Amino acid sequence: MAKVLVVTSGKGGVGKTTSTAALGAALAQSGQNVVVVDFDVGLRNLDLVMGSERRVVFDLINVVQGDAKLAQALIRDKRIDTLSLLAASQTRDKDALTMEGVSRVINELKEKFDWVICDSPAGIEKGAVLAMRHADTAVVVTNPEVSSVRDSDRIIGLLDSKTERAEKGERVEKHLLLTRYDPVRAERGEMLKVDDVIEILSIPLLGIIPESEEVLRASNMGAPVTLNAPMSAPARAYFDAAKRLRGETLEMTVPSDKKGIFAKLFGRRVA
Amino acid sequence: MSLFSFFSKRSSAPVARERLQILLAHERSSIGGRSDLVAILQEEILAVIAKHIAIDREKVQVKLDRGNSVSTLEVDIEIPTPAGPARVALRG
Repeated sequence: MAKVLVVTSGKGGVGKTTSTAALGAALAQSGQNVVVVDFDVGLRNLDLVMGSERRVVFDLINVVQGDAKLAQALIRDKRIDTLSLLAASQTRDKDALTMEGVSRVINELKEKFDWVICDSPAGIEKGAVLAMRHADTAVVVTNPEVSSVRDSDRIIGLLDSKTERAEKGERVEKHLLLTRYDPVRAERGEMLKVDDVIEILSIPLLGIIPESEEVLRASNMGAPVTLNAPMSAPARAYFDAAKRLRGETLEMTVPSDKKGIFAKLFGRRVA
Repeated sequence: MSLFSFFSKRSSAPVARERLQILLAHERSSIGGRSDLVAILQEEILAVIAKHIAIDREKVQVKLDRGNSVSTLEVDIEIPTPAGPARVALRG
């Protein structure tokens, strides 16, 4: 049975698109059939982060409005053949997304894939609500920073009230993905700790993604970090998070990119 | 004081944690419910007082301070009297 997952946060710039790409790729790398869907109509970026920006012909709105068949709009990843992208429209308005249209497309995607991962726009408006509407599972992306935690709390409230599951009296499984975490600063008391955020939001932890230069390097290259630098600290954290999504129980760690003395002296890599 | 601030300077995270806990406790109870509680209270309190005294709506101040265990609502109303303005302050 296909799972619909929404990657959401309320606040912008916390790593929704990066996490959608990395989790989607990690799941696909483990052999699952995955589609990542960009719901950020008007400000699409998932195509760019995935490196498929020049291959977009049709988008979600074309499919919702019946101007294109789903098969025509899906973009198969060139590196992993179990990974596909459905882009958002760059020119249209988010009002072109209708509740009925979106639910028809999601149902069609559920027949073709094991995972339908919806990349939510920031905010709490129509686009964000439509992205979470059909979710079975939600990944709430949060930075260890006051405004991000507050907005995540707000989004958790919406997941409990505005989703199809909530309206049927069922629960959306919610997971916290803490991104841009710096364990050294947290230890010094300069940054909220993992336990602080878990206690405040009271949802289970899916993973801790450490702050890393590899994330920007991957987006520069147009590849999910799990593909571009699979051994890097953030990639390992995303691989673990993806395994937890599949139901595995793993010890929670904050992977680090600590380099040896040799790498420090000579190891300036060029991407 | 300077020694204290030297040691406490770096620990801003506990402050963030406490601010969030207080804020979210309030937001969770008010959002979807009566988020305009202050406005409602102001209207109803004014209506009660206006039954007995003529008051100038410009001279009414409502302040809300959210605390961890107790919140205070301060309503400050200026009431004109023949001898000159007198003030009534309600606290609760």
